Amino acid sequence: MSLLMAFLVGGGLCLIGQLVMDLTKPGVSPGHILVGYITIGALLSAFGLYQPLVDIGGAGATVPLSGFGHSLAQGAIKEVAEKGWLGAFTGGISATAGGITAAIVFGYLAAVLFDPKD
Amino acid sequence: MGKNPEELLKTAEQEEYHHLVNRMKPKPPLAQNCMWAFVVGGLICVVGQIIMEYFISLGYSRQDAVSLESTSMIFLGALFTGLGIYDNLGAKAGAGSVVPITGFANAIVAPAMEFKREGYIFGVGAKMFSIAGPTLLFGFTASVLIGLAKLIMLYL
Repeated sequence: MSLLMAFLVGGGLCLIGQLVMDLTKPGVSPGHILVGYITIGALLSAFGLYQPLVDIGGAGATVPLSGFGHSLAQGAIKEVAEKGWLGAFTGGISATAGGITAAIVFGYLAAVLFDPKD
Repeated sequence: MGKNPEELLKTAEQEEYHHLVNRMKPKPPLAQNCMWAFVVGGLICVVGQIIMEYFISLGYSRQDAVSLESTSMIFLGALFTGLGIYDNLGAKAGAGSVVPITGFANAIVAPAMEFKREGYIFGVGAKMFSIAGPTLLFGFTASVLIGLAKLIMLYL
């Protein structure tokens, strides 16, 4: 059941992205989609609108980049309550440190080890 | 400088040709693109769900399991981009391969690989951030602003 919900919620979030890419002129680039998803995910999360999606969809809501924005926002909110203004600067990145470091390290390693195919 | 009749005719022919091309060009099959994005994006999330539930079964907290799931998906995205599989998938899946966090890894590895000849520090090391940089910039900025808004609300 949780797998089905992950499929439906995750697929739905990707479908919205596809609609945005196909129905805008000039077409929105994949880069814009990534920037848009992380930012909108963080904003939805700040207003308490993203957590319900995570409760329903599990990884279907955390795997899309909007889920990364959700982690950033929730990290900042949590640490502000504990540490005051310092938390606004440390909370988001501490909550996502694993993913960000993995992206930089694995990304660099893959780019060094593999050559582009054509 | 007036245009001579020959040039005017040429321009008219070009316009007509462009018109014809636009009419004959196949329309982007929106429904088909959306179906591919939905199915591929959904399946990538199912892989993430399986990984997350595996880590929960090992005794990790839900929050740590989500971090481990993100880290694993980024690893897989980088690996399959390196192997040349992810971009083939992306040609069909569109946003289904962009929106998941594997697409973020792809956006790091794909441009970085192309710039090896400019060196491993300022070629690969700089180009890997051409899309990831703006993404992290907006994500971090949003999180700081949200944190400060929360701080203001705590003092009200």
